[in-house]
Amino acid sequence: MMAVAGPGTTGTEAVPGAVAAVPAAPPIEAIGLTKRYGNRLALQDVSLQVEAGECVGVFGPNGAGKSTLLRVLATLVRPTAGQAWCYGLQMPGQANQIRRLVGVVGHQTYLYDDLTVWENLDFYARLYGLRDATGRIQEVLDLLGLGDRAEERVRMLSRGLQQRLSIARAILHRPRVLLLDEPDTGLDRDGRDRLADIIGEQVGLGGAVVLTTHAVEFGCQVASRVLFLDRGRLLWERPASGDLVDELERQLRRRA
Amino acid sequence: MTAARQIYAIVRKDLLLELRAREQVIGMAVFALLTLVTFNFAFDLTGADRAASGSGALWVAIIFAGLLGMGRAAAIDRQQGAWEGVLLSPVDRGTIFLGKLASALLFIGIVEALAMAVFAALFSLPVLHPMVLLVVCLGTVGFGTLGTLFSVMAATTRAREVMLPVLLFPLSLPIVISAVRATTLLLTDRQAEVGPWISLLLGFDVLFLGISYIVFGHAVEE
Repeated sequence: MMAVAGPGTTGTEAVPGAVAAVPAAPPIEAIGLTKRYGNRLALQDVSLQVEAGECVGVFGPNGAGKSTLLRVLATLVRPTAGQAWCYGLQMPGQANQIRRLVGVVGHQTYLYDDLTVWENLDFYARLYGLRDATGRIQEVLDLLGLGDRAEERVRMLSRGLQQRLSIARAILHRPRVLLLDEPDTGLDRDGRDRLADIIGEQVGLGGAVVLTTHAVEFGCQVASRVLFLDRGRLLWERPASGDLVDELERQLRRRA
Repeated sequence: MTAARQIYAIVRKDLLLELRAREQVIGMAVFALLTLVTFNFAFDLTGADRAASGSGALWVAIIFAGLLGMGRAAAIDRQQGAWEGVLLSPVDRGTIFLGKLASALLFIGIVEALAMAVFAALFSLPVLHPMVLLVVCLGTVGFGTLGTLFSVMAATTRAREVMLPVLLFPLSLPIVISAVRATTLLLTDRQAEVGPWISLLLGFDVLFLGISYIVFGHAVEE
């Protein structure tokens, strides 16, 4: 089996711990995604494509379906209808191969309160089979400004530091696609800057990012394209720009 | 080898969590010991009654302590959404199941060791006999297998504390009945009759292990 190249690399350069093959296909492609919870349609016929080197910002009021969309793309939720692919790998049939390529930040931190910062990352490094775990853990901790917190239990960290650790966990295995559901929640200015750097590096190296946030200005700053969802439907998409901030704010207020 | 390393990672994590928080084993052990002491004082334990009541007491202690521990383990995994973090990793669902089962059996095994030592002292029965230990192991594997599967399923429901026993007990009845009968026969020195019950236990263990390994992936999906 061919080794996966990290974002921005081609050919067969080995990334420790990543072994799935990546066909030449868009990082994310979805057609007609629909998700129904009982009588409620959380997603209705949503289609999208995310290209390599692109960060897509998904906006919409609460309950628009943003998180559901990301959970479907993350293989956490099976869509009621429609199909989705990650680098040509189909969900859910090739979910395990997709999970190697995807890093996810969700509403919850996915961390164990009673383990230390290091132990949490070490646990996930073992699950992902990272060969250079110690070096990589130190690297992501430094990247998120958590280098001196390694021995602290997660329970003792502030919400903002837990969020930083959650981002560190998501990028630990060098994913090619980042799915970030309100990743700026609880982050201070420094944390947001670091997050913006991580997104910029991911995009610059040819990876892909799908991001949801209620911080419109931040979202428009890091995204290259904006999607607007409401009541599970994709209403419109446009290239991101500073001019779009006011328009997004207005639409979000109107639909709240 | 990859699966073995991933199972080890899950068990290691559960052990670390238990060493830190001590939320499972102590509670399970106290519950098991209280059950045994209560049974010891509640019944007239003389002659053959002692073996019959004793095996019942032992299995009530094991099953309820196990139920307590497996429910708690699922709750710990749900805190902060950590369970979803595990599901997001490229680990085969069957491997996750085996990891969680290994953790459950380890914790129940620790409690059983303690409970059986106390049982031997209180009931003066030869519970540390190799055949009794075999029956306890087989019963624990069967019960732990179903418990691991259903604790994960119940954890996604609103009434999770109620749902686990509701889901688990009906299906685990063949295991419980076989284990209690086999233990009673062994403690009353009727070893010649115990073969069919052990075969039944073994059969259900294999059946439940196979089914749980296969359906675990569906059980954890939203």
